[in-house]
Amino acid sequence: MALKVLAATRKGLFTLSATGPAKNPWRVERTDFLADNVSMVMHDPRSGKLFAALDHGHFGVKLHVSDGLGGAWTETAAPSYPAKPDDANEVDMWGRPIPWSTVRVWGMETGGADQPGVIWCATIPGGLFRSNDHGATWEIIDSLWRHPKRVEWMGGGADLPGMHSICVDPRDSKTVRVGVSSGGVWLTRDSGATWSNDNSGMWQDHAPEEHKYNPNGQDAHRLVQAPSSPDRMWIQHHNGIFRSDDGGSVWHEVLDVKPSSFGFAVCVHPKDPDTAWFVPEIKDEKRIPEGGELVVTRTRDAGKTFDILRNGLPQQHAYDIVYRHGMDVSASGNDLVIGSTTGGLWVSSDQGDSWTAADARLPPVYAVRFVDV
Amino acid sequence: MPRVVFGQALQRHVKCPPVDVAGSTVRDALEAAFALHPSARSYVLDDQAHVRKHVSIFCDGRMVRDRTTLAEPLTVTSQILIVPALSGG
Repeated sequence: MALKVLAATRKGLFTLSATGPAKNPWRVERTDFLADNVSMVMHDPRSGKLFAALDHGHFGVKLHVSDGLGGAWTETAAPSYPAKPDDANEVDMWGRPIPWSTVRVWGMETGGADQPGVIWCATIPGGLFRSNDHGATWEIIDSLWRHPKRVEWMGGGADLPGMHSICVDPRDSKTVRVGVSSGGVWLTRDSGATWSNDNSGMWQDHAPEEHKYNPNGQDAHRLVQAPSSPDRMWIQHHNGIFRSDDGGSVWHEVLDVKPSSFGFAVCVHPKDPDTAWFVPEIKDEKRIPEGGELVVTRTRDAGKTFDILRNGLPQQHAYDIVYRHGMDVSASGNDLVIGSTTGGLWVSSDQGDSWTAADARLPPVYAVRFVDV
Repeated sequence: MPRVVFGQALQRHVKCPPVDVAGSTVRDALEAAFALHPSARSYVLDDQAHVRKHVSIFCDGRMVRDRTTLAEPLTVTSQILIVPALSGG
């Protein structure tokens, strides 16, 4: 088995492997869809299939699948919205109609081990889709898309609302939690038949008092679930970092995080729910690393304290932003990868203590994933 | 018969040479063309079967403005050209 990194970027899909000299081993071994906008990539270890979501801009969102790394690609069906009813008059904050059309694939995860063909796909403008046949066909999760509260979702990170995080509960594949910018966290316990957002604790300081604590208005930038202790969940939220110890019902704000609790990405250690990583930026109006120093923050005690990790990361005039899917952790929990908006990609094999830059100047990175093949 | 021509930019993604098809409206002709080139359909139309935001369709040199119903009438010699709009960058 060899660890590789898949990087979905503005100009193609890149596969990197640690095949170079020991001091600087990570380099590009393969390019796919060069010059095309790849918004998401996902490897399904159950089937070996590799999925790439493309956004052609003019020609829309497309989904391609290969039988494995290095295989030939075939275009497959992309998630497609149902016919928009005449009375669906929902509009965005500018009064423009919300499109019932896939604008971007913004999240993709496999179903549980007991659901071999199941894949979940999250999109802008907020629809969640499920495939039962390895992505050959897709069905929108109507119960959520037609939920009366869905039309209250707002843009966050994009003009339109977007779902970006899908957490299939490792204890029960029918239990799925999703994160929405801006629509908070939603839960189903019956494989998508019914949904609720009955949670509390998240808040947003920029909103008027009446909306501060509304769970349906929260801009959850990224939601992850601890595989080893699934009641532990982490959110990198627009307003900071939140932790749940009860499967996402109650959220606790994690305070006093230096240099900042603002960011987009979060990863949790696969075997230790108290260990999580974040990539801090100066909040809101600036969104650049504090002092031009790119750092990763790590807690090992469920958010009580944080280490600031910078060894091997650029510490002068670094203005890299790591988007919400721009960080990943390997199955062992030892390896981390971050990819940035300015095309930097760094890998750590010691849980973030030290980092090595990939020998490449990539296009802006949207998503990174480890694969062990 | 009306002719539907898929522009060069689309050919990079989907092989779809020009086709002569029956049809009395732009919609008719496009649907007939997509029957011959089914994989081109989602590149031109969105999930609601409207013309994609950044795709332009010209009929006999005039831009088709009705992008929803595509009801513009055709003659037997009409030529429909599908190209990316500059609005898409």
